[in-house]
Amino acid sequence: MDRQIDQDRRKFLKTTSLLGGGLVLGIQLSGCESSDNPRTTIKNMMTAQQQEQQSVDAAFFPNAFLRISADNRITVHVASSEMGQGVMTSLPMLIAEELEADWSMINTEFAPAHADFENPKSGRQITGGSASIRGFWQAMREAGAVARDMLLTAAAQTWGIDKDACYAKTGRVYQRASDQHLTYGELIEKAQYLPVPKSPALKKPDEFRIIGQPVPRLDNKVKVTGQAIFGQDIQLPGMLTAMVVRCPVFEGKIKHINAQTAKNIKGVIDIFEIETGVAVVAEHFWAAKKGRDLLEIEWNEGDHAKLDSDSIHQQFIQSINNGKVIIDRGNTKKILNLNIRDASMNHTSTKQQTAAIFETPYLAHTCMEPMNCTAHVQKDRCDIWVPTQGQEPTQKTGVKITGLPKEKVFVHTTFLGGGFGRRAEQDFVKDAILISNRLKQPVKVIWTREDDIQHDFYRPATYNRLTASIDKNGKPVAWDHAIAGSSILHRIVPFAGIIFRGKDDTSTEGAANLPYDIPNFKVSYAMVNPGVPVGFWRSVGNSQNSFVTECFFDEVAALGNKDPLKLRQQLLSKKPRHKKVLDIAAELSGWGKSLSEDHYHGIAVAESFGSFVAYVAEVSIEGAAKHEYIKVHRITAAVDCGIVINPDTVIAQIQGGIVFGLTATLHGEITIKQGRVEQSNFHDYPSLRIDEMPVIDIYLVKNAELPGGVGEIGVPPIAPAVANAVFAATGKRVRKLPIHLNKLI
Amino acid sequence: MTSLNVNDTLYEVDIETDTPLLWVLRDIIGLTGTKYGCGVALCGACTVHINGKPARSCVTPLAEVIGKQVTTIEGLSKNTLHPVQQAWIDEQVPQCGFCQSGQIMSAVALLRKKPHPTDMDIDQAMKGNICRCGTYQRIRAAIKKASTTSPGKS
Ligand code: FES
Ligand code: FES
Repeated sequence: MDRQIDQDRRKFLKTTSLLGGGLVLGIQLSGCESSDNPRTTIKNMMTAQQQEQQSVDAAFFPNAFLRISADNRITVHVASSEMGQGVMTSLPMLIAEELEADWSMINTEFAPAHADFENPKSGRQITGGSASIRGFWQAMREAGAVARDMLLTAAAQTWGIDKDACYAKTGRVYQRASDQHLTYGELIEKAQYLPVPKSPALKKPDEFRIIGQPVPRLDNKVKVTGQAIFGQDIQLPGMLTAMVVRCPVFEGKIKHINAQTAKNIKGVIDIFEIETGVAVVAEHFWAAKKGRDLLEIEWNEGDHAKLDSDSIHQQFIQSINNGKVIIDRGNTKKILNLNIRDASMNHTSTKQQTAAIFETPYLAHTCMEPMNCTAHVQKDRCDIWVPTQGQEPTQKTGVKITGLPKEKVFVHTTFLGGGFGRRAEQDFVKDAILISNRLKQPVKVIWTREDDIQHDFYRPATYNRLTASIDKNGKPVAWDHAIAGSSILHRIVPFAGIIFRGKDDTSTEGAANLPYDIPNFKVSYAMVNPGVPVGFWRSVGNSQNSFVTECFFDEVAALGNKDPLKLRQQLLSKKPRHKKVLDIAAELSGWGKSLSEDHYHGIAVAESFGSFVAYVAEVSIEGAAKHEYIKVHRITAAVDCGIVINPDTVIAQIQGGIVFGLTATLHGEITIKQGRVEQSNFHDYPSLRIDEMPVIDIYLVKNAELPGGVGEIGVPPIAPAVANAVFAATGKRVRKLPIHLNKLI
Repeated sequence: MTSLNVNDTLYEVDIETDTPLLWVLRDIIGLTGTKYGCGVALCGACTVHINGKPARSCVTPLAEVIGKQVTTIEGLSKNTLHPVQQAWIDEQVPQCGFCQSGQIMSAVALLRKKPHPTDMDIDQAMKGNICRCGTYQRIRAAIKKASTTSPGKS
């Protein structure tokens, strides 16, 4: 009975594997540095797929994540999207550890959209929330352990000896009594008919030999030779290239299209209206671009035509002052209070009070690779090649538009040229499927950088009013933080404002969980949704709230004449992991000791996604009067993310998080005028460049805590560390991002 | 028909000569290692070499490269890795990888001109290349590493 189920399951896994993204895209990367990766054009991949078919037919599939072939190759299905964070290497490391695999035989494929590949943490096949390792930590190790156990049984049966007399090591099973051995490839035939063990024993951390090692990334070689296939690079026979022109005003609609001249452009094939805008379909990008530039469109700009940054700002202020939430255009609710430890907020020991207003702007993601998607809708199937953070939502989009059953909608995940939360969205996926659905031809939709910046789902802008009181010893005794901002949840789930009664954790994280021991504590949230589409942006609510709370904390410390580090240490006595990273960063940076002339330190700590990060920033103010600018010289970081899978990847992610956060600290600001985003490319929405790059020193705390998140945790504390250093340098407070030296208080 | 020399191969392309080289490479010839990131010479993702000098292919019309030698990431080194590519791997530079073709092309051009660049030289030569993943510290380290291993030419 069980055996039958196992057989059916294996058949299914083979089918899934062959129809899935990995093989069609052929991104098979080997752990063996010397092996030659196949040239990764699609045509070659198709041939590779046929060759692969034979070896897949004969392979051993202990579970959805793993395939072992007779030639000893181990293929791991990577369920998360590779957007730079290194999952393509770190997830296979988890399997290889328990499988006792020979790392040089590891190949990877991006998994297709399928329930088997849901992240156990979120229950969805979405890469986000720094959840890949946290979600798959158990599942991937178990997948490896199951296979190892079956291979051991197969070997024991082959030799007619007890299983305990065998052990597995680097891709082989050995007899304990002799050095006789069989390779995994030699055992698969027998192994595949064995029952799948339910709960195989997992290794203890001190037995790890791969986990914890700085294993080189598997995707390096294709990424330095131009062979890695990103969404933008998809080429299919008969493929067309399209652009979609959207109304510049949020939610505006098309009134009239004049496509006469545009259609005359050589290479332009068709121009038509789709749900998301006007599609310009051409033989290649440049023809589409030329056609698009000649297109005349009259828009019905709709309700948001007059929206601008000032009016949004006014709505924020009003809602905080009136205690009302503007959930959706005029639909108001009372402000919600969260985490009230003592709502009365009246305490006799209060000596002094301080109050401040902090503001953070809307931000675009500007992934290095602008949004794109390729789709081929046919009568009986729909293929989607896409750099996506969400295979499951992508498949759903395909089902919705084509009406095909989900088994007929195939999601082929490419490499992602950055994600940062942007690529779980479906707008660019819709574009491609809608157009291909109409033309029944393969269509690649490419967004220009301007489209990408002006039609993003922005990190919500916020307006924050904070008040705090200290007692006669300078110790904070009350903290009151009111946040006004737009809700991501409300945008994603219509009526979320009503369902969640005005609550949105993605807006209050990093504020509602303030780690400091302050007896009277209140955080309130005023949801204001003026019509700017908002979305998940690397570290989400933590990205603004860490800035606001860690800067205000320094102000409170100053009110009581306390050293900002010492006061933090004092109020973190019940938060040992926060305190430890803080202590280490302070120690390594030489906090409180003398610095080079005119250099100043600022400090901040943040917990996010189950990990803890503290930074000390060293800055100076450079340049002549009126042309002064902030130079960030050095960031000293201490990071506790629990058990570290690949230390080099963690370090890379912290470096990357710092750069991403510095861009927002020093440059990032999206402003709205007449319902439009004013910025359009890297000249007015700049990114940090190499000449602004500080030296970064990172210390990783070693402990046996469960793995925490990594991809996002580097962002939150960077803005406040720099802002606090700017105060040290200028004597003036930063209350607004990005930091403008002429707007300090 | 326009003839075009890319990576020592002659291509005949049937496209208007005002088309930027980037799209000729990617959409007509099928060399997709050179990336589109901004289209207006602000990000460096599309960097190639024209007669050995770094250029932003997104703003270089086809007409300008007729009779010249274009080198892309695919043509940087035949069969083996170029020392700069090797240094990139040694230092584990790439994250998402999307900017790296352009970064490497800029770095190779820098090292050809200045085999032992200072930090300032690196800033000057590389600040036109954005990396949204923030790999700058490793890029700097890899360039320095390559400057000790590379003969300074390819
Ligand atoms: S695409 Fe050419 S510089 Fe950005
Ligand atoms: S590695 Fe991702 S943009 Fe540079």
